[in-house]
Amino acid sequence: MERSSDKISSSSSSSSTHPIEDKPSKTAKDTCLNLKETELRLGLPGSQSPERKVSLFGKDLESNNDKSNGLSVSPLKNLVSGAKRGFSDAIDGSNGKWVFPINGKSDVELAKGAALPSPRGGLDSKSNPQQARVSVPAMKEVAGIPQSPKPVQDKKNPLPPSNDHATAPAAKAQVVGWPPIRSFRKNTMASNLAKNSEDAAGCLYVKVSMDGAPYLRKVDLKTYKNYMELSSALEKMFSCFTIGQCSSNGLPVRDGLSESRLMDLLHGSEYVLTYEDKDGDWMLVGDVPWEMFTNSCKRLRIMKGSEAIGLAPRAMEKCKSQN
Amino acid sequence: MESSELKGGKDSQISDELSELRMESSELKKAKDSPISDESNRRSSFPDEVLERVISLLNSHRDRSSVSLVCKDWYNMERWSRTHIFIGNCYSVSPEIVARRFPKIRSLTLKGKPRFSDFNLVPQNWGADVHAWLVVFAAKYPFLEELRLKRMTISDASLEFLALSFPNFKALSLLSCDGFSTNGLAAIATHCKNLTELDIHENDIDDKGGGWLSCFPESFTSLEVLNFANMTSDINFDALERLISRCKSVRVLKVNRSISLEQLQRLLANAPQLTELGTGSFTQELAQRQYEELESAFNNCKNIHTLSGLWEVKGLYLPALYPVSTHLTFLNLSYAVLQSDELAKLLVHCPQLRRLWVLDTVEDKGLEAVGSNCPLLEELRVFPADPFDEEIVHGVTEAGFVAVSYGCPRLHYVLYFCRQMTNAAVATVVQNCPDFTHFRLCIMTPGQPDYLTNEPMDEAFGAVVKTCTKLQRLSVSGYLTDLTFEYIGTYAKNLETLSVAFAGSSDWGMQCVLGGCPKLRKLEIRDCPFGNAALLSGLEKYESMRSLWMSACNVTMNGCRLLAREMPRLNVEVMKEEGSDDDGRADKVYVYRSIAGQRRDAPSSVLTL
Repeated sequence: MERSSDKISSSSSSSSTHPIEDKPSKTAKDTCLNLKETELRLGLPGSQSPERKVSLFGKDLESNNDKSNGLSVSPLKNLVSGAKRGFSDAIDGSNGKWVFPINGKSDVELAKGAALPSPRGGLDSKSNPQQARVSVPAMKEVAGIPQSPKPVQDKKNPLPPSNDHATAPAAKAQVVGWPPIRSFRKNTMASNLAKNSEDAAGCLYVKVSMDGAPYLRKVDLKTYKNYMELSSALEKMFSCFTIGQCSSNGLPVRDGLSESRLMDLLHGSEYVLTYEDKDGDWMLVGDVPWEMFTNSCKRLRIMKGSEAIGLAPRAMEKCKSQN
Repeated sequence: MESSELKGGKDSQISDELSELRMESSELKKAKDSPISDESNRRSSFPDEVLERVISLLNSHRDRSSVSLVCKDWYNMERWSRTHIFIGNCYSVSPEIVARRFPKIRSLTLKGKPRFSDFNLVPQNWGADVHAWLVVFAAKYPFLEELRLKRMTISDASLEFLALSFPNFKALSLLSCDGFSTNGLAAIATHCKNLTELDIHENDIDDKGGGWLSCFPESFTSLEVLNFANMTSDINFDALERLISRCKSVRVLKVNRSISLEQLQRLLANAPQLTELGTGSFTQELAQRQYEELESAFNNCKNIHTLSGLWEVKGLYLPALYPVSTHLTFLNLSYAVLQSDELAKLLVHCPQLRRLWVLDTVEDKGLEAVGSNCPLLEELRVFPADPFDEEIVHGVTEAGFVAVSYGCPRLHYVLYFCRQMTNAAVATVVQNCPDFTHFRLCIMTPGQPDYLTNEPMDEAFGAVVKTCTKLQRLSVSGYLTDLTFEYIGTYAKNLETLSVAFAGSSDWGMQCVLGGCPKLRKLEIRDCPFGNAALLSGLEKYESMRSLWMSACNVTMNGCRLLAREMPRLNVEVMKEEGSDDDGRADKVYVYRSIAGQRRDAPSSVLTL
């Protein structure tokens, strides 16, 4: 069964209509990044490189995407077809706003892989080495990854035609009462871990996911003082998936890209940084003062452009009502 | 907290009930109420006084059941001397029948809902309300001392009724129960002057505040066991401190998260005789002097053998536990988010450990430390910290399981939640530890195969049942075909409890189990392709079992009706979903033997056929 390699870099776009099939790649390096495909390029609107039928993570792209010229900061632009992928750091420098179009809810099927930084407070010394070693071991894990958590998918799985979990869409359909953990423990752990993240030990770990990335990361918001620091940290974390190569130990190698070129590339991307706040709403990062952001941010998501529609206005309305 | 007390371990109560019913309906009805009869005096080989004395020394329910079947006299002798009754299914018998047979009960253990109610598979108002029992017992057993409930519903009114009706009441234990609030606990604290034990564990309690603890009167000194670890509200610490100081016999104290380290130290200073301790939050910022005081307090507690709690634990302070660690036999870290090195450092100091519960945040490396440091380990439970978050992959794998098995040959109880497993690893584990009595493996993704070979996990469980001849309880998971169940039916001759989910290929699998496991008592199945043929193949079997649960399988209403018709001494209950049609699939089926007949308190969503 090819489950494991199928999972390596398959992800589903929210608006994609075809399933994603990756050519199974065997090496860590290959699965980390399809090198050519990750190379950022600027292209003219409507043009599409013929070889770039697959996205960063081996995903088939829609052929009918509008392509932004990469320099626009409009939140309403659609996905660029293949030519550009980048961790989009299209920060409007003057007010530190992230200006990305936003995906509503990521339905990226994240393959399992990351060894995440410890959620424990005060263990910064731990989290850094873990971050460094995340990529390669994660990829190795990915190679051995079990099948999708969704029980319906595999034809060979002799599941009964039960309707508890049948035909779930890409969104993870949780099976009732599974895994078999007592409700009490479930509720306690949920609050326990949340408390651990937020307690007086002074960290505020939130998950960061990026559409198309095979695994999540966690960052401690308390270690940054403003949006710029956060964005550069995220950029470092996720650039592995966007530009250049990963070296054998998993660290991104800039390969001659200067910082300014990096920023150009990032500016050109159509990714958007968003966060989920305490009310469960998805907001653009950068709209509110930094303190308010860290107090209300539950998780971060680097999203693709097309579903940003409507988000910016909502964010502003919310901000108004909060004020 | 371990629920071994409630499990009883030997609970064939109902089989006695059934046979006694038959006996009762014949000449035994005429048996005299007095334990001594002239006829039996002539027949028995030794005086009744001796017999009575011998029987009264029997504690095991199974032994008592066997004794009661020997003859009329022994039956009577036994029933007059039984003081503790264990009822594994509250609907298998009625309180009136119990009271009629056993006149001198002082302690009652009752279990109610099917186990899958713990996982939200049973509707809220399903039943298992204890009140009817309390009413009968208030009349028949006014001297009742102990009540232990598991998966029952108990209201505040019932708690108050309990507190007021039984002046000699001593011990209340509620595990996985619901229906009550802290007001009920306040009633217990206020009125039970002789209370020795209050054990409130992992319930769905409406926590309205910690004031209940302050309801113990100042004159109250008899407390020995206090467990409120799983309650969330703050309690009045002064009241607790005073309570512990004046109750000199306190031996078990499990506090909740609201108790800080500093407060814990003060409690320990007042109760050095403790044998079981559940700490509160283990993460306060302590000054050096405070830390030393804490360490010293632990040092004075020479008798602590069971430790739990450690909510929000700060690894830095774990060394304060070292004085206590050397004597520990049971360490429950299942709510403590520890990393592998923190656990490893602690375990170096726990050579006597017999039972260990941990979170999978300790990962395989932590389990390697278990294997290296705890050679006497008999029980290991590894709980998932983030079970529902599929995006997070850490936790334990087959490697950790194997590592433990190499270091802990005495392991006989395992509960292991993981995200990947292999047949080879399980085979290795049971080869190293052939004495498993309880093997509960949960591969958290339903229907997941051996992740290395992509084969079904049949051979893993085959190895378990072939090698572990003493196996009593088995929970299977992963991608399993009927072959697993063939193995189980063929080899698991001591199996009593089997839990199955997302497994099997056809009716044949379930038929193998029903046809092959002579000691099977509890069978719970969900999301498997077993249908009416499988269900009905167990017709003869179900009367020798406590219960059968099948949900999200292929059983139909007609199949259930047939079962109910053929086996009148079984209660066949179907839980219906809203708006489902009557002749279609029976989504949740619960079958159990009973001498009490159909229950009358079923809600409308539960159909007894």
